[in-house]
Amino acid sequence: MHELSIALNIVEIASAEAERLGEAAVSAVHIRLGPLSGVVKEALLSAFEIAREKSRLAGAALVVEDVPVRFFCQPCQTEVTVASVQLLVCPVCASPAGKIITGRELEISALEIEA
Amino acid sequence: MKDHKKTRLVEVRTKILKENDVVARALRQRFEDEGVYVVSLVSSPGAGKTMFLEQTLMRLRDQYRVAALVGDLATENDAQRLARTEVPIRQICTGTVCHLEAEMVRSALGEWATQELDFLFLENVGNLVCPASYDLGEALRLVLCSVTEGEDKPLKYPTIFNTADIAVITKMDLADVVEFDRAVAHHSVQSVRPGMPVLEVSAKTGTGMDAWIAALSSRRGTPRACGVVKS
Repeated sequence: MHELSIALNIVEIASAEAERLGEAAVSAVHIRLGPLSGVVKEALLSAFEIAREKSRLAGAALVVEDVPVRFFCQPCQTEVTVASVQLLVCPVCASPAGKIITGRELEISALEIEA
Repeated sequence: MKDHKKTRLVEVRTKILKENDVVARALRQRFEDEGVYVVSLVSSPGAGKTMFLEQTLMRLRDQYRVAALVGDLATENDAQRLARTEVPIRQICTGTVCHLEAEMVRSALGEWATQELDFLFLENVGNLVCPASYDLGEALRLVLCSVTEGEDKPLKYPTIFNTADIAVITKMDLADVVEFDRAVAHHSVQSVRPGMPVLEVSAKTGTGMDAWIAALSSRRGTPRACGVVKS
């Protein structure tokens, strides 16, 4: 259960960014989250509610974009999305996954600022 | 709130664990420059990390200069056990933190003369979830699971297996007693991490330990192929 520490990181990074943008009021933080990041979305959303308290982000929402696990399938010569992290194979030809292209993301993508 | 007020999106693109990644990258560079091969161990509590590490240190200590840094929530029991190997051991008490972070490793190392080592082992806190997110600057990450935990451990914790380089099945001396199905276990590993090498060991009887030491010795000098949260 390290989601609270991750949520505190989000608040810290987003607050610094908001300050850099001239004391902007942040209404939402957008993040990209891959299933191989080791962070559970539901736990992170709850943790964020605690982490944002009494911070610059107290009124901000956390918007999570789920990033799928994708890899380049050699036999199919194309990028594919795996059906599940329990089965890292090509959904078309069942070849095992090689180098993972996406799915490890744990990053802030954007801040929603009140105009 | 945002439904009523006008908002605009400002692109940020920042890794949430960038601070950890920066420290981990610096550690990896330091270890590479110093020529010390760093191996981390992750597993659930009670999978046999400490016993495995103890036996590994015993087997390496005559040929190589070895040391270990062990993470634990509250006690120093593991460090005391490992002290019997007579190799340098340091303890990191993480308090309530359920995983090691790169900064904990950096500060625990302090002025330790790691450049005089061939191998440094990092034993993570017993946990198959949280350590997955944190790169520690290691060259090799082992994930251990014991035969008593069942064959489907990889399916339950796919992420940690995905961030590790080698899977080690421990307590093989108990395999028959618990009717451990090796084929099912290997299949579980391969389905969450295709191509992952799997070792079967019993630190107690010594089964498989020579193969592990041989694999470790041959990997020394080979750079880590797959990072945890590399950019």
